[in-house]
Amino acid sequence: MSSAGDHPLAPVDRAQLLQGLQQTVPAHCIIETTESQRPFECDALTIYRELPLLVVLPETVPQVQAVLRLCHGLGVPVVARGSGTGLCAGAMPHPEGLLLGLSKLDQIIDIDPLARTARVQPGVSNLAISAAVASEGLYYGPDPSSQIACSIGGNVAENSGGVHCLKYGLTVHNILSLQLLTVEGDQITIGSQGLDSPGYDLLALLTGSEGLLGIVVEVTVRLLPTPEAAQVVMAGFPSVTGAGDAVGAVIAAGIIPAGLEMMDQLAIQAAEDFARAGYPRDAQALLLCELDGTREEVASTSTQVEALFRDLGATSIVVSKDEDQRALLWKGRKSAFPAVGRLAPDYYCMDGTIPRSQVSRVLNEIAALSVKYELQVANVFHAGDGNLHPLILFDASDPSQIRKAEQFGADILTLSVEVGGCITGEHGVGLEKLQQMTHQFSSTELALLEDIKHAFDPGLTLNPGKGVPILKRCQEYRSLPARHNHE
Amino acid sequence: MSDALQQDCSLELAATIAEAGAAGHLLYIRGGNSKRQILGRDCTATTLDVSAHRGITDYQPSELVLTARGGTPLVDIQTALAMEGQVLPFEPALFDGQATLGGTVACNLSGPARPWAGSVRDLILGVQLIDGSGQLLNFGGKVMKNVAGYDVSRLQAGALGTLGVLSEISLKVLPGYRHSITLCYETDATAAIDTMNKRAGQAAPLSAACWLDGRLYLRLSGDQQAVDSTARNWGGEQFAEATEFWRNLREMKLPFFSGDQPLWRLSVKSTSALCSGAQPTLIDWCGAQRWLRGDFELQALQRQAAVAGGNTTLFRGGDRCAAVLPAPDPVSRRLQQRLKQTFDPQGILNPGRLHAWL
Repeated sequence: MSSAGDHPLAPVDRAQLLQGLQQTVPAHCIIETTESQRPFECDALTIYRELPLLVVLPETVPQVQAVLRLCHGLGVPVVARGSGTGLCAGAMPHPEGLLLGLSKLDQIIDIDPLARTARVQPGVSNLAISAAVASEGLYYGPDPSSQIACSIGGNVAENSGGVHCLKYGLTVHNILSLQLLTVEGDQITIGSQGLDSPGYDLLALLTGSEGLLGIVVEVTVRLLPTPEAAQVVMAGFPSVTGAGDAVGAVIAAGIIPAGLEMMDQLAIQAAEDFARAGYPRDAQALLLCELDGTREEVASTSTQVEALFRDLGATSIVVSKDEDQRALLWKGRKSAFPAVGRLAPDYYCMDGTIPRSQVSRVLNEIAALSVKYELQVANVFHAGDGNLHPLILFDASDPSQIRKAEQFGADILTLSVEVGGCITGEHGVGLEKLQQMTHQFSSTELALLEDIKHAFDPGLTLNPGKGVPILKRCQEYRSLPARHNHE
Repeated sequence: MSDALQQDCSLELAATIAEAGAAGHLLYIRGGNSKRQILGRDCTATTLDVSAHRGITDYQPSELVLTARGGTPLVDIQTALAMEGQVLPFEPALFDGQATLGGTVACNLSGPARPWAGSVRDLILGVQLIDGSGQLLNFGGKVMKNVAGYDVSRLQAGALGTLGVLSEISLKVLPGYRHSITLCYETDATAAIDTMNKRAGQAAPLSAACWLDGRLYLRLSGDQQAVDSTARNWGGEQFAEATEFWRNLREMKLPFFSGDQPLWRLSVKSTSALCSGAQPTLIDWCGAQRWLRGDFELQALQRQAAVAGGNTTLFRGGDRCAAVLPAPDPVSRRLQQRLKQTFDPQGILNPGRLHAWL
C-alpha cells in the first residue's frame, strides 16, 4: 500500500494525542471511534479512502490554534477539511494524523455593504455568503457547482472557480484577506482590507495551496453588485466542432459572457432525463451562454449571440424569457454531474484546462480513449475558460474498471498538458494528480515547490503527501500507473 | 509581428545570473529604467539590463491570452492588442513608453480601472522566471484556470524582482470598452468616498472613480446603452477632457504628482475615513488607493493606514535608503525571508530593494 503517508514521519502515539486533545477542546469535539470517523474517510473523490488516528472539530479559533500547537509539538500530521466536497482527495485523512474539521467555524462575522466586503469563518458555505448579502443587492462571485455545500475555507484552499469565472474571476480574485494559522499555531493576517499589500503576495501563494502551507480561520471576501438582468441563450449544434467555433465567435465579437458552458451528447441526454430543462436530445453539443448587465445591455448582446449561433449552424436555439426559464436552463447544467452519475454505478470527474482552440481535437481523442478503455465518458466543459470536465463512467466494485478509469483519466490529463493546457483548472492536485504533476513540471520546478512547502512547514506535517510530489519519490510517481490500495 | 522575431536571450540571461549567483555578485534588474526612483529602496548593485529580452512570443486573440518577454515595452503590447480590439484591462502606466511588462508585473502597478478590471497580478496566467541560481523555471501557463502547484506566478507581482528575473509572462487580455463617459461632481472628499462606494454597489458599468481638488470623477465604460442610461440616472456634468484626465492620472502626470515633495501611497479599505492632517490627498480606486504629498514619518503614517485597514508606502522621494514599506510582523517576516532564500539563496537579485533585510 502506498498512500498519503509517503513522507517518513515519526510514529505518533495515539493515546498521547488523544490526551492532549482532551485538554484542548471539549470532549464532544473529538471523534474517536472508527464508525463515527467513517464520514470523514474521504472527500467527494470517494475512490481514495483512509481513516485518521482521530478527528477533531473545534468550535473556536483559539481551539484550532491550541490543536495546531499540540500537533506541532508532537509532530502529528494535520489534514484540514471543510465540507468534504473536494474532488482530488485533498481532504483524505492521513493514517498517522489528525483530521482537523473546520465545519463548526461557520459564522458570518461581519458584512459591510458599503465597502462590499464580508468577513466569514472558513466553514461558511459559498452559497450562504451570497444568501446573507442578497438583500443588499450583492453576491459573492465564484460559484462552484457544489456551492450549496462547499465551504469558503475549502474554496480558498483549492482556488475554486465555477461557471462565472471567465467574467468574474476565481477565488484568488475575490478575496482580500485571510487570518492564517501557521503550522506552529501562530496567527497572522495575510492581505488587508485594501486591494493590495506591500511585500510578497502571500495571499496569492496561499490561495490554492490545498492546506499545505497553513490553516485559514477567517476570510474577507469581496462582494459584487447583483446584475440588473441576466439572460441565457441555449443552442444545440450538430457537431462539437461547430459549437467550439461558436464559442470562439462570441469571444471574437468582443463579448465576455457571464457564463459559457458546453456539454456533449451523452451529458445532454443525461441532464435532460434528470432535469427536463428542454435540451435538444439530438444535438451533438449544447452551448449555454449567459449574458448579464443592465437590461438594455443584456437585450442587445443576447440578440447578437443568438444571431451568431444561428449563423454558425445552431439547429435549435432557446433564449430565456424570464428568471424561471433561465433557472431551468441552468438546472440541467448544474445537475449534470449527478445526472451523468445515474448512468453508471460511479463516475470519475477530470479537470484539465486546455486552450479553447484545442477543444475539438481533445474531445475526439477522449472519444478514442473511451473506446480503448471500454468506458463511457460524458463531457461537461466550462467552454469560456477552457476547463474541461470529462466524467468517466465505471463500476467501482470491479477493481479492473477502477484501474482503467484511473488510467483513462491520467491519459486525459497528459493530453491536456500536450495541447498546452494544465492538469487541473479548479479541483486541485490533492492525492489524485501527484503523478501528473511530474508531467506538468520539471524536477527543478518541483524542487522549488517543495522548498516553498518547507518555508511554511519545515516539519512537513500539514497535509503531507498531497499537492506537491516529494521529489525523491518522483521516479516512482512517473513509473507507477496507479498507486493506491483499491484492492 | 516583428517583435516575435527578436532574439530569445533567456538562456544567456540565465547563464549570466548563474555566474553571478556562483560568484555572489549582486544584481539590479533593469528593464525600461522607468521605475528606478519609485516604489522600492535604492539598490546599488550592478545593473543587469534585460531590455533586449523583448518581443511578443504568442498572442491568440480568440483565447484572450498574450505572452511576451519581460523586457517588452507595454506600448508594443498595446499596439498589437489594439489591432484586435483588445486591451490590457488593468490600464497600466506607460511612463513615456519606457515601461516594460516585466517591470509592471514586478511592481504590481495598475491604473484607475483596477477595482473593476483587476490588477496586473489578477491577470497573470503564467510566468517563466530565472531564479537566483540561474535556473529557468515555468509556472502557471497560457490557460485561464490552473491550480497545479502553488501560485508562483502571481507571487511575482509586487516582489520587485527579488524572487527572480521575469523572462516571459502570459496575461489574460480582454476586449476594449466600446463606449465611455465621465461624470463630474463638485463635492468634498468625505462625501465623495461615500458616493463612489454607494455607486460601486449598484449594478452599473462603473470603471473608474477618483476624487481630486473638490471634484469627484466617475467613469462609465462598456455597452453604449448601459453607459448612457446609467449616466442619465446618475446625473452630473459630463466631463469633456476625460481621456486626458484619466491618462494623466494613470501616468502620474496630473499637477498633483509634480514637484519633489515625498509621494505616499495608501492602499486601504475603500470606505475608510481620510487620514488626519494628510493633505493634499488624491483618492483613486473607488477609495481604496489614496495618494498623499508631504513629509510624513513612515511609522506614524502606517499607524493611520492600519486603522484604515491597509498599508502605506513611500512611493517616490524621501529617504530611499531607509525603509519605504511598513515592517511586517515577525512571523510574516520570517516567511518572506524563507521565500527569498528559496528563490534566491545567494541573495543576489535586487538586494534590499523591497526591505533592507531582504
